[in-house]
Amino acid sequence: MSTLLQQILNGLSLGSIYALIALGYTMVYGILKLINFAHGEVFMIGAYAGYFAALGLGVERYTDAGFPLYLAILVLVFAMAVAALLGASIEFLAYRPVRSAPRLTPLITAIGVSLFLQNAAMLAFTPNPRPYPAILKEVRFELGGVIVTNVKLTIFVVAIALMVGLNAFIQRTWTGKAMRAVSTNIDAARLMGIDTDRIIRATFAVGSALAAAGGILFGLDQITINPLMGVLTGLKAFVAAVLGGIGNIRGAVLGGLLIGLAEQMTAGYLSPDYRDAITFVILIIILILRPQGLLGVVRPEKV
Amino acid sequence: MHRRQLFSLAVAAGIVISGSACKKKDEGGGSDAKGGGKADKGEIIIGHYASMTGNTAHFGQDTDKAARLAVEQLNAAGGVLGRKFKIVTFDTRGDGAEAANAVTRLIDVENSTAILGEVASSLSLQGAPIAQRRKVPMVSPSSTNPKVTQVGDYIFRVCYIDPFQGKVMALFARRTLKLDKVAILKDVKNDYSIGLADAFQKAFVAAGGTIAAEQSYSAGDTDFSAQVTAIKSSGAQAIWVPGYYAEVGAIARTAARLGVKVPLLGGDGWDAPELFTIGGDALNGSYFSNHFAPDQASPLAQKFVADFKAKYGQEPTGLGALGYDGVMVIADAIRRAGSTAPAALRDALATTKAYEAVTGKITMDKDRNPEKSVVVLKIDGGKAKYESLVNP
Amino acid sequence: MQLLRRLAIATAIGLVLFGVGAWLQDGVIEYVQRIVLLAGINVILAVGLNLINGTTGQFSIGHAGFMAVGAYGAAFFGVKLAPVVQRLVGVGSVADAITFNVALLIGASLAGVTGLLVGAPSLRLRGDYLAVVTLGFGEIIRISFNNAQFLGAATGYFGDTPAGLPAYTSFFWVYAWTVAIVILIWNLTFSQTGRSLSAIREDEIAAEAMATPTTRLKVLAFSLSAATAGIAGGLFAYMQSGIRPEDFRFDKSIDMVVMIIIGGLGSISGAVVGGIFVAVTLELMRDLQQYRLVMYALLLIIIMLVRPEGLLGSRELPALVRARFSRAKAAGQGPR
Repeated sequence: MSTLLQQILNGLSLGSIYALIALGYTMVYGILKLINFAHGEVFMIGAYAGYFAALGLGVERYTDAGFPLYLAILVLVFAMAVAALLGASIEFLAYRPVRSAPRLTPLITAIGVSLFLQNAAMLAFTPNPRPYPAILKEVRFELGGVIVTNVKLTIFVVAIALMVGLNAFIQRTWTGKAMRAVSTNIDAARLMGIDTDRIIRATFAVGSALAAAGGILFGLDQITINPLMGVLTGLKAFVAAVLGGIGNIRGAVLGGLLIGLAEQMTAGYLSPDYRDAITFVILIIILILRPQGLLGVVRPEKV
Repeated sequence: MHRRQLFSLAVAAGIVISGSACKKKDEGGGSDAKGGGKADKGEIIIGHYASMTGNTAHFGQDTDKAARLAVEQLNAAGGVLGRKFKIVTFDTRGDGAEAANAVTRLIDVENSTAILGEVASSLSLQGAPIAQRRKVPMVSPSSTNPKVTQVGDYIFRVCYIDPFQGKVMALFARRTLKLDKVAILKDVKNDYSIGLADAFQKAFVAAGGTIAAEQSYSAGDTDFSAQVTAIKSSGAQAIWVPGYYAEVGAIARTAARLGVKVPLLGGDGWDAPELFTIGGDALNGSYFSNHFAPDQASPLAQKFVADFKAKYGQEPTGLGALGYDGVMVIADAIRRAGSTAPAALRDALATTKAYEAVTGKITMDKDRNPEKSVVVLKIDGGKAKYESLVNP
Repeated sequence: MQLLRRLAIATAIGLVLFGVGAWLQDGVIEYVQRIVLLAGINVILAVGLNLINGTTGQFSIGHAGFMAVGAYGAAFFGVKLAPVVQRLVGVGSVADAITFNVALLIGASLAGVTGLLVGAPSLRLRGDYLAVVTLGFGEIIRISFNNAQFLGAATGYFGDTPAGLPAYTSFFWVYAWTVAIVILIWNLTFSQTGRSLSAIREDEIAAEAMATPTTRLKVLAFSLSAATAGIAGGLFAYMQSGIRPEDFRFDKSIDMVVMIIIGGLGSISGAVVGGIFVAVTLELMRDLQQYRLVMYALLLIIIMLVRPEGLLGSRELPALVRARFSRAKAAGQGPR
C-alpha cells in the first residue's frame, strides 16, 4: 500500500511540473493556434539559468547550513526573467514574421527554433548531465511508509502558488483580461483597441516564466539536468495540455497531473520501458475519442 | 501523355542498360584495390570515429580527448619508425549510417592506417565489417559486446568483454559479499548495460544466488523513483546497476532519498568524476569494477591522469583511459611490425603481449580480446578505493 | 518531326543516365558511392512524404516509424528467406536479387499496413493535431522496436552472422527503385486520383461537397506514402550491417520534412532536389562537425522566414524548363 502511495506522490509531483509547462503551451495555443515546439527548450534554458544563478551566488558554500531562502527566491526570479525574455524574443524574431503564413510554416519554424536551441545548448553547456545545485537542502521524512522530501513539498507549494497567481493575473489584471480577449477573438480584440502584438508577446513571456520555474523544480527533483531534457518533457507537457483541453488553463493543470500519474503508474506497475509511450497512447486516445480535451468545449467550425 | 511515356521509356532503357553492364560489378564491394592506401612515408593517420554530438556525445568526446593526448605524447617522443602521428576524428552523431559513412571516409579519403572506434558496440558493429572488408585494422576502445571482434581478424579491442566483467562482479557479490538476493537495474538503451546485466545474472544464478527483481531504465531518463520503489519492496540485498555514470549517480541519490540502504554494484561504466559530483554521499558503501584503482594506480596510470588533467583541466574517465590505450596499442604494434602494411599491422596487433597500458597489462587472446585483470573498487567517503584484484 | 525530337531528347537523357550509372559503379570511391546511395534513399523518402504532406496537405512528422517498419521487415524476412531462395535457385547473384526484392516488398507491405492502421484514426484530425499524433505514433513504433527482443532490441538487428546483414543495396537497385517510385508517384499525382488529393489539400470541405471520398483517399495516400518509406527503409537496412531503433528517431522524420520543405512542398521534382540536397550538404558540412546541427536548424528557420515555398514552390521542373524555353522562343519571335 505504501508503495502505491509512494508512486502516487511521485506521479503528482512530476505532474505538477508538467502542469507548469503545459500552461505555457495552452496559453500560446489559445491565442495563436500555434504549437510552440520550442517551449520545451525554454524550460531547459530556465533550468540552466537557475543552475548558473545558484552557482554564481555561491550555493556551494552553503552545503551544511543550507542555501538561504531569500537567495533561492532570487534564483527563481532570475531564471523566470531570463526565460520570459527568451520566450518573448522567440516570438518576436521567429513567429511574428510568419504569423499570417499558412499553418504549416509557423509549425516548421517552431521545430527549427526547438532544434536550434537544443543544439546551441549542447555546444554552450556541453552534453554532460550536470548535478543540480542544492538550492534547497534536502530533508526527508517518512509518513506511514511513504518517503516525502521537502523538495516534493516545495514543488507542490510553488506550483500551486504560481497557478493561483496566474489565475489572479488572468482574471483581475488588465493585461490578463486582454489576453483572454485576444484568445477569444483576435480580430475583435484588435478592433477594441488592444495592442495584440504586445499581448501576444506578454503571453509568451508569462508562459516561459512558468516553464522556467518548472525547470528549476525539475532539476531539484530529478537531480541532474542536460541540454536535451526539454525534448521529451516538453512533448509530454504538450500532451497534458491537449488532454486537459488546449486553450484551457484549468485543463492544463488537470492534464499535467494526470499525465504525471499515468507515467509513474506505468513505470512502476507495467514496465519502465513504456513510460514514454503511455503519454503518446493517451494523446492518440484523447484525440480520437474527445479531441477537445477533458475540459475543453467543442467549437464548431464555420465554413 | 506521349512525352511522359517516352520519358519513362527512356529512363527505363537507361536502367536496363546500366543494369546489365554493371550488374557483375556490383557484387562484393569491388573496391579492395582502391582507397585505404597505406603510404610508406609521411604521417601515420589514425582514423577515429566517435559520437561527438548527440545524446552520447560525452562518451565520444572523452575518448577523443584522451586519444589526442596520446598522439601528442607519441609525437613529442619523435613518433614511431621516424614518422609522426595524426588523428582524424569523424562524428558519428550516435547514428548507425553515420558510423558506416565515417569509417568509409576515414579509409577512402583520409587513408587511415588504423581505425579507432567506437564506444558503442552497435556502432562498432556498423564500422567493423567495413574495416574488415577493406583490410584496415580497427581497434575499439570500449565496445564490450563479444560480437564486435567476431566480425573478422582485423578487428580488435582493448577493453574486457561483458561476459568476463559480469562474471567477476557476480562472483564478488556471491563469494566476497556473501549476498543471496540481488536486484538488477539495467539501461535498456545501452547494449553495454544489457550485456553486463545478462552476464552478471547468469554467473550469479549459477553460483547459487537469486535475482530478487529486474528493473530497467533508458539512458537519458532522469526519474528512477518508480524502479527504485519497486526494488525496495523486493527485499534485495544489493542492486546491480551496470550503467553509465550519469544515471548511476542519480540512481544512487534516488535510492538514498527513498530510504533504500543496500549497496550498489557496477561496472567500468561508473568510472568518471561526474559519478561523485552527481551521486555524492549516496554512493558510499558501493562497489564497482574498473581498470585501475586511483589509490593503487601504476605510475603509468598516475602519469596519464596527471597529464590529462594538465591538458584539459578535468580528470579523465575510464572511457578516456581506454581511448588513450587504444592509440598506444596501435603505436606499439606499428613499432613491432616495423611497417604500416595492413597485414603486418594486423599480425602485430594480434601478438600484443603483456603490453603495459594505463588500464592494465594487455595480452590479446585468440579472439582478439585482451586478457586483463579487473580491479574491484569500494566507494568510501566520496572516493573510490582499492578492494581487490581479479585476474583472468 | 515532333515525335523524332522527343525521341532524341529521351534517348539523350537515357544515355546520360547510363553514363552516370556506369561511372558511379566503378570510377568512384566507396565513400562517394555511399553518399549517392543515401541520396537515392532520401529521394524515395522525400517523394513519398511529399505525396501526403505536399499533394494531399496532411502534415505527418512521424514517417521515420514507417521507415523503421520497412527496414526491420525487409531485414528480418530477407535473412530468413535467403536460405530458402538459395535452395531453389542456387547460391549467387540471382538468388540475392530475388531475396532482396522480395524482402523489400514485404517490408513495404508491412509499412503500408502500418500506415493504414495509423492513418485511419488519425486523419480525422487537422493540421497541428495530426502532426503531433503522427509524431506520437512514430515514437510508439520506435519504442516497440526498442523492446522487441527477437529483433535485437536496443542493440539492433544484425542478421544471423557476425558480419551483419548482406550488402544487397547497390547503386543499380537504389537507382531502379528510385526511378520506379518517382514515376509511380508522378503518374499518380497527375492522374484523376491525384487531382482529388490536391483538391483535398486546397479545400477539404469543398472536395467533400463534390462527392470526393476524402477519408478513403487520405488514408490510401497515407498508406502508400508509408509503403514508399518502407522501401527506403529496406534499402537503408541492406546498406548497413544492421539497424537499430535509434536510427529511426524523431530526428529522421524531421530530416524528411526538411527535404520536402527545401525543395518546395507539393513539388515532386522539388522533393527529388531536396532529398539529394540534404544528403550532400549534410556530408559537406561534416567539417563543421560541432556546428552542423545548429546550422541545420538555422537553415530551417531562415528558409521559413525568407522563402517558405522552398526552391521550387509547388511547381515541377519540366514545367519550369518548358516555360523558360517557350519564353525564349516567344521573345525570339518578336511581339505577338
